[in-house]
Amino acid sequence: MLEGLLTGLSTAFTLTNITVVIAGCIIGTLIGMLPGLGPMSIIAIMIPIAITMGDPSTALILLAGVYYGAVFGGSTSSILINAPGVASTVATSFDGYPLTRQGKAGKALTVAAISSFAGGTIGAVLLMVFAPALASVALLFHSSEYFALMVVGLSAIAAFAGTGQIGKAVLMTLLGLILATVGEGVLFNAPRFTMGVMDLQSGFGFITIAMAMFALPEAIHLVLDPARSKTEGGEDSSKITGLRLTRNEATSIAPVVGRQSIQGFFIGVLPGAGATIASFLGYAVERNIASPEEREKFGKGSVKGVAAPESANNAAATGSFVPLLTLGIPGSGTTAILLGALIALNVSPGPRLIVDEPQVFWAVIISMYLGNLVLLVLNLPLIPYIARILAVPRNYLIPFILFFTLMGAYIGQNNATELLILVGFGICATILRFADYPLAPLLIGFILGPMLENNFARAMQLYDGFGFIWERPMTLALLCVAVLLIVLPSYRARRARNRAEGVADGD
Amino acid sequence: MALDRWIAFCVLLLFVAYGYGAFFTMDGQLPPIMRRSPIWPSTFPKVLAIGGILVSLWIVLGFEKAPETEKVTETNLSRLSRHGVGQAVALLVLMVAYAFLLRPLGFLGSTFLFLTVGSYILGERRYVMMTVVAAVAAGVVWYLVDQVLGVFLLPLPFFMMGG
Repeated sequence: MLEGLLTGLSTAFTLTNITVVIAGCIIGTLIGMLPGLGPMSIIAIMIPIAITMGDPSTALILLAGVYYGAVFGGSTSSILINAPGVASTVATSFDGYPLTRQGKAGKALTVAAISSFAGGTIGAVLLMVFAPALASVALLFHSSEYFALMVVGLSAIAAFAGTGQIGKAVLMTLLGLILATVGEGVLFNAPRFTMGVMDLQSGFGFITIAMAMFALPEAIHLVLDPARSKTEGGEDSSKITGLRLTRNEATSIAPVVGRQSIQGFFIGVLPGAGATIASFLGYAVERNIASPEEREKFGKGSVKGVAAPESANNAAATGSFVPLLTLGIPGSGTTAILLGALIALNVSPGPRLIVDEPQVFWAVIISMYLGNLVLLVLNLPLIPYIARILAVPRNYLIPFILFFTLMGAYIGQNNATELLILVGFGICATILRFADYPLAPLLIGFILGPMLENNFARAMQLYDGFGFIWERPMTLALLCVAVLLIVLPSYRARRARNRAEGVADGD
Repeated sequence: MALDRWIAFCVLLLFVAYGYGAFFTMDGQLPPIMRRSPIWPSTFPKVLAIGGILVSLWIVLGFEKAPETEKVTETNLSRLSRHGVGQAVALLVLMVAYAFLLRPLGFLGSTFLFLTVGSYILGERRYVMMTVVAAVAAGVVWYLVDQVLGVFLLPLPFFMMGG
């Protein structure tokens, strides 16, 4: 591990990479603060830039920096104007915004920054310990287990979608998978499902799909629902004072940060759970174990209520890198986009990554420490100035977001047809969002599609048919887990409903 | 029928068409030597088509019930103003226009137009501010992408580039 750390240090501590991580954090914070723009959109917008940088380590360091910056920026806007830019910082606004109303915005921001820093750093240490171990186990896997593991990952993502949503999430995953089959595959040199359109020969561009699923619908939502981009009280944010914490407050949040960083990390490792669930769970757990008089303060401006979700969501963001880096399976929309970027850079994530390209793996880990440090040192004093971006009028903001989605899709392919595909999918995605269809599973399915099919094909060839499913116990066990993940929640929901209605027979 | 079930119905049609392609038209052009392989280009799509049809039917037929509790959707459909919808449609049309004009007008011209018309649609009326912002942005982005990142972007209309 020490050797790896040194490799990472020497890769990350070059002038370019340090500049890149600082720039990434600042860009991420700036854009992440804008209401309605989450880390997924920001990363999607940044990918063409990262890819043209050429070096996978640098590109990944940039994207990782943008990611932490965006998560941090999201908490800033939840605290200052009660407009969480990201779902994972909604829990932060429960206590962060009341603190701002009491004139303690500076204190809330400091708590958020320190908790994020601690969460991210503890997460990075845990990642360093667990990822190589998990990767060495994963090296024993064959293509059939890989196939099964990806199915488990995809079903776990669907299972975490919530009651009444699992079917929709599964459907979206399948939709993503069929989009991935369009074009010439790696296995067969024949175009599939191109409907004779030449531009589809190479399949849909993943940046185009990512933009169409996240950035474009978010911009459209900002237009449709002006209340989302309202910045009431935003003018006060320019005078933020009192960043200091008292010793008493510091000692009261320390155990909260410790507990939630560890809990958040392990929730983040689970596919599909991610930072949002970690932050809500972290908030709920801390409220429940707090003393009665402290519990009273939750929701009315408790520092613990800011510390818990902030440390949990940052640790979970780090934890979500575990399945990505060790198995090549993204557990969230954000890591799926990162996976797409890695593939575009000719790096194949998975257990071999640590062995074959240790500099990429360790550089990412080092960049996590560095990114967290940059956020703490640079952003905390700059927050009052950075917060002014909240005053950018939407009349300018929205055309620019749309323009950047167009640019992202165009730079990747240099093809104007790609822009039409972007608009078409963007409209579909907006409609899907109205009907509460989750879009992250679609993107994850789209990105995992080729890998899923390759492993499936290899297993089929080895076992001359579907035999691999029952001839390899590990594969069978994993596939059973996948089925249980999908079936169990809907079965339990149905039983609970029937019991509540007092009806024994189904509907 | 609620919007989500209509969507599931459309997706079902898509999967049926996809499945038709996978089961009936794809294997026709398969060379004989490939036919001996246990996996055909159509195998995986066939599996997906069956799965997709089953899951979309599940939703269309209403087997999956949303929880009884009041749902907090991200955007309330009834709250949308007609004004906002008009703006959104206009912006989407503008994006399509951008796609068609990018080549003939060049990057600088079409981007300038996109940004000015975009903020006009959203209700901006400070024309000087609008044009200055758009012009500076178009120039800066072109410089960054073309000169710094080295991705070629045709800056001017084709007839001004002198072949």
